[in-house]
Amino acid sequence: MKVLVTVKEVAAVEDEFQIAGTSIDETYLEYDLNEWDDYAVEEAVQLQEAGIADEVVAVTIGPERSEETIRMALAKGADRAVRIWDDALEGADLLDVGAKTAILEKVVEEEDPDLVLSGVQADDDGFGATGVSLADALGYEWAAVVNHLEQDSVESGTASIRRELEGGVEELTDVELPAVLTIQTGINEPRYASLRGIRQAQRKEIAPKTLDDLGLDAAAVENELTLTDMYEPETESDATYFEGGPDEAAGQLADLLREKGVGAQ
Amino acid sequence: MTDVLAIADHRRGELRDISFELVTAGRELADETGGDLHVAVISGDTERFGEQLQLDGVDTVHTVDNGEEFNHDVYAQVVTQLFDAVAPQFLLMPNSVNGLDYAPAVANRLDLTYVSDVVDIGVDGSTLTATREMYSGKVETTTAVEADQVAVSIRGAEWPGTEDTGDAAVETFEADVDESAVRSTVTGFEEVGGGDVDISEADVLVSIGRGIEEEENLDLVRDLADALDATLSSSRPIVDAGWLPKNRQVGQSGKVVTPDVYIAIGISGAVQHVAGMKGSDTIVAINTDPNAPIYDIADYGIVDDLFDVVPALIEEFE
Ligand SMILES: Cc1cc2nc3c(=O)[nH]c(=O)nc-3n(C[C@H](O)[C@H](O)[C@H](O)COP(=O)(O)OP(=O)(O)OC[C@H]3O[C@@H](n4cnc5c(N)ncnc54)[C@H](O)[C@@H]3O)c2cc1C
Ligand SMILES: Nc1ncnc2c1ncn2[C@@H]1O[C@H](COP(=O)(O)O)[C@@H](O)[C@H]1O
Repeated sequence: MKVLVTVKEVAAVEDEFQIAGTSIDETYLEYDLNEWDDYAVEEAVQLQEAGIADEVVAVTIGPERSEETIRMALAKGADRAVRIWDDALEGADLLDVGAKTAILEKVVEEEDPDLVLSGVQADDDGFGATGVSLADALGYEWAAVVNHLEQDSVESGTASIRRELEGGVEELTDVELPAVLTIQTGINEPRYASLRGIRQAQRKEIAPKTLDDLGLDAAAVENELTLTDMYEPETESDATYFEGGPDEAAGQLADLLREKGVGAQ
Repeated sequence: MTDVLAIADHRRGELRDISFELVTAGRELADETGGDLHVAVISGDTERFGEQLQLDGVDTVHTVDNGEEFNHDVYAQVVTQLFDAVAPQFLLMPNSVNGLDYAPAVANRLDLTYVSDVVDIGVDGSTLTATREMYSGKVETTTAVEADQVAVSIRGAEWPGTEDTGDAAVETFEADVDESAVRSTVTGFEEVGGGDVDISEADVLVSIGRGIEEEENLDLVRDLADALDATLSSSRPIVDAGWLPKNRQVGQSGKVVTPDVYIAIGISGAVQHVAGMKGSDTIVAINTDPNAPIYDIADYGIVDDLFDVVPALIEEFE
């Protein structure tokens, strides 16, 4: 069976940064594979190592720069990758869920996998929605916030999973395949790419595709959301800061803690 | 189309807090659109839930009988039908874990623009303005949505819950659920994170996050916890990595704690973490990043390297 993993290159802002209009300048951004997708890749690769999946395909919507990130998925064991980008997507501050769904839907239809793994959320845009939206568009089953997959069950055509609810409660659920599962951190222990893996990844295919290649026109991915402002959140508290270097600050904190009876026996 | 339809959240026999927050947010929106607020509750003890949702500001409560617990296939179908029947301008859903499991599907099915995890909303004619966070809470954004009808999910604990009762009409809604399209089955629930320590009982918590970098470095905060006679807890990544057991995790998917003193070390203060510790009496943060969201709720802060501050603090208590 084939497993498809959606992976996003996400941007994290550095400690000090500046906002220009409705975006943050590239110089303050660091790019990395989305944390949740790292766990999704690992889950797919483990299915392959268990002999359950015979092919793992990574898919991303992203500019050329994101190839570096998708290579990481290849270095960890994905067999090949598809990268969708288009002039029509260039310059958008934000790709909304509807646009991402429309694009990924076409790729999944082409690839026809039995299982799609995505992350619970992308760390930068934080929609937490693409996987479930995609499933519905495809007519696939789905489950959100999955922190356990009974690997053997996948072969029977019904995936037995656990969903992590709030407050330390897990829901046990069976979902028919084909399905999209949105993977929660902690489901496994993502591996580091080995040197051999990194070398092999250089030879693996990353197929570039445009909207036209997928049979989509620009109207299908028109952003419905317009960013109108971006700012640093107003801080609601008036925290007291201890300053003067680590030793002095620690001394002041110690005084406070003693005052509160901490550490006193 | 000026009405607002909000979908309540419940689990294992209880309406969840966000249901009451949805009523507040929904009423605010309805006041701006000049429409009615409809609230729907699907599955569970709908009779009791329906009564509990007769809250101030609610015009109509729709109850839909269908099984005991949440099932996303049922919800997706029922919410779609309710939406068609009520024809609201705004569909409000919870950004809870169950919300994550059906709201995007509903938006897709109804071909609605979906704005998730909003912390504030306003409306001006047919333009919805939603406030959301991006980049792990480091920035806030406003987003304009130009559409006649929009689907929105709201973040928990951003609106106060409505508690006062009102005189809403309660109506049963007969949904037509296609059972062949229900292809997922909830088979049970399990409580996790038990064990010998209960961090929610502790008076003082030394809580560590990803800033600790390596498992070996945990000894440093263990020493601090010993010196302060405190209990060790953590943010999620430490538990995900297997460095501490699940019962030490503070947050939305871990434990809610309310100690006298909570010392957050190398923890950024993500919303799911804050949900578990914001009720602490005194919050101290030690973090190199002056913009870390944890400082928004901290009472005291040290903007410095934990590997310098923690040893100095241990020394103070030795
Ligand atoms: C459905 C769902 C449920 C979740 N449930 C939970 C939950 O229950 N609990 C939880 O905690 N999270 C939860 N999360 C995850 C949450 O979104 C964050 O990813 C997580 O809280 C981040 O943990 P952190 O602050 O330790 O790490 P990071 O966000 O990576 O922050 C590390 C911090 O350490 C600081 N730092 C780095 N080096 C140093 C140094 N040398 N000295 C001082 N400071 C330093 C950095 O400036 C940074 O602020 C959940 C997420 C989802 C989607
Ligand atoms: N641009 C993208 N390319 C590939 N996958 C994506 C993209 N954006 C989101 N996804 C997938 O959808 C998940 C949820 O993202 P989001 O709904 O944006 O929070 C991510 O963890 C990815 O697996």
